[in-house]
Amino acid sequence: MTQSLKDKLVILSLAVLATAFMITFLAIEEQAEIFALLVLAAVLVFASAKFGLIETISGCLSRNERLLNGAVVAATLIVAFWFYEDHFPLLMIATVLLYTVASCGLNMQFGYTGVVNFAGAAFFGIGCYTAAVLGETSVPMLMVIIVGGLVAALVGSILIIPVLRTRGHYAAVVTIAFGLLFRTFLEVNDALGGPQGLGVSGMNIFGWDFNSGITLTDDIEVSFYMNYVILALIMVMLTFVLMRRIERSWIGLNFDAVRLDETAAACYGIDIKHWKILSFTLGNFLAGTAGALYAMMLGFIAPSNFAFSDSLILVSIVLLGGMGSLWGTILAAGLVVLLPEKLQAIQEYRFLIYAVVMILILLFRPQGVLPRGLRAYIPGWRG
Amino acid sequence: MDVGLLGQFVVNGMMLGMMYALVAVGFTLFFGVLDVIKFSHGDVLMVGTFAGFTTYIGMTAIGIDNALLQLVGVLVISIGSMAVMGAIIARYLVLPLKSAPPLNTLLVTLMLGTVLREAIRLFYPDGSNPKHFPALLPTDSWAVGSFTLRADSAILLLAGLLVIIGVNVLINRTRLGLAIRAVAQDEETAKCMGINFKMIVLLTFALGSGVAAFAGVMNGLYYNEINFGMGLLLGVIGFSAAIVGGLGNIYGAILGGFLFAGLQTLGAVALPFSSAYKDVFAFAVVIAIIAWRPTGLIAEKTSERV
Repeated sequence: MTQSLKDKLVILSLAVLATAFMITFLAIEEQAEIFALLVLAAVLVFASAKFGLIETISGCLSRNERLLNGAVVAATLIVAFWFYEDHFPLLMIATVLLYTVASCGLNMQFGYTGVVNFAGAAFFGIGCYTAAVLGETSVPMLMVIIVGGLVAALVGSILIIPVLRTRGHYAAVVTIAFGLLFRTFLEVNDALGGPQGLGVSGMNIFGWDFNSGITLTDDIEVSFYMNYVILALIMVMLTFVLMRRIERSWIGLNFDAVRLDETAAACYGIDIKHWKILSFTLGNFLAGTAGALYAMMLGFIAPSNFAFSDSLILVSIVLLGGMGSLWGTILAAGLVVLLPEKLQAIQEYRFLIYAVVMILILLFRPQGVLPRGLRAYIPGWRG
Repeated sequence: MDVGLLGQFVVNGMMLGMMYALVAVGFTLFFGVLDVIKFSHGDVLMVGTFAGFTTYIGMTAIGIDNALLQLVGVLVISIGSMAVMGAIIARYLVLPLKSAPPLNTLLVTLMLGTVLREAIRLFYPDGSNPKHFPALLPTDSWAVGSFTLRADSAILLLAGLLVIIGVNVLINRTRLGLAIRAVAQDEETAKCMGINFKMIVLLTFALGSGVAAFAGVMNGLYYNEINFGMGLLLGVIGFSAAIVGGLGNIYGAILGGFLFAGLQTLGAVALPFSSAYKDVFAFAVVIAIIAWRPTGLIAEKTSERV
């Protein structure tokens, strides 16, 4: 059997395994069963790490990126269609997908260029509120997603001067202050609903109302969340392509240079300000688009959704997955969103558990779960 | 506006400024010795206040009713326990990450802050609801025209001032302070001169955390209400104040603290929009000041070493 055929088989069997795992994980309700499944998964991962299986697998994966991407999309679709009439699993899948988009935006800032942003939830929230306000007007809803991103980027641009002029701790305080300012502002003003929040009208593309279920035949009725899952999946794919393209282009090379050593980068004639502005704005844009669709899906938003701790959750996703690692972000978004939803026992303690896990990760595995590899200058090149 | 109301705002603003300055002093001390930000500072303050509150309940339960004794007990336990906690945090969370990127230290302490906050919310009896903090200070008041100055406010302001002066004297006039300043200036050289680096770092964290606990008790005595979330905002404000004033400089921290309180008071009193926007206004001005003076009003004297 040739190497490439073997690789393909490995990927396909992994995809089948992952799909089966996800379906089981989402389907079972019993707390003990969920816990047992998680322990099983953890044991499998550790065992394969012990026997060097992880390296073989990651070799296979990096050689067959197209197949891997296709397999992941297919797996997500299979999982989604498995639950075609259940609201809750579909809502969770869509939430994971949208958090992935927002975290990718944050990853562009933290992971690629090293611009810190502790106001991720605020930019997500700007997208949400844009969708709420524009939902009342006759702006096409598909446009609203883009506009949500643009407004987030625009609001972010008022922070550009302080973010550019400061570094490290000073930059952190700028975004933290902005995050608090944003939430306080939402709570005290009346035009945007104050602390009670706003209702948001659902997605509607050319008369296709996203908030009503799809009746295929008399027996089969698909949950309306399926619409959002598919749209969110398309957004994740677009984001993923954008992030990958940027990472591998000379833009990504410049981002990396700015992150690794500003002074050295400046000495080689790289315009630090230019690249920081680009990555900050693009990152906020992504967070805003995700927020806009999220608001339409939930149908209701309030300032308490965009607290400082929510920004910390987004940062946790980036950090847990590994700075600048796209697959890591997707995996971490899944873990962070799904685990507390499924394990009802820990629901109440979720912030505590996040925080403890984050501390352990920072102390013992600061590079994250799936660290970003070294830059492959020639993709697929085996050196 | 009449004089009495104005005086009330001034006293209130000064009280806030004193608390912010005390918190900011901690940030600036930690940054001085280790060049790190310990973001859990505000939550350490909150835990300190709860420790004091628990002491009060305990003392009442065993029959000590004298307000002065209770106050001393609250202060000693609160400051002492937080000093120990500050040293433990430094030893097990901050020092191990000394060579990691500064962002990691910021994140690890941010997460520790969340742990502390959530731990109080979940595990302190009825921790998710605000608690009534007892008024342990005399409640006499003096009337000057239409303005009344309450004795507890005056005592708190005076005590805060004394603590700030005390910290300043400690840093600038004692051998310990000399060692702290030496470590802040150059760790390697300080070590060569026979200074126990680790010990000084732990003592500095203990000092800063003790001061924060004092500020927390002050907050409790002034507002007579404490809750598990009080530390987050105080911490962020203290951090902003230290940054606005200029990190690593104790006068900068004091300046920043009073500036922030002044902005909040101004936002509440003098500006045309509703007083609910006072925090929005204060944070907006802070962002503007950082944009204008990126390393604070009293800037750090550093040059980039490559």
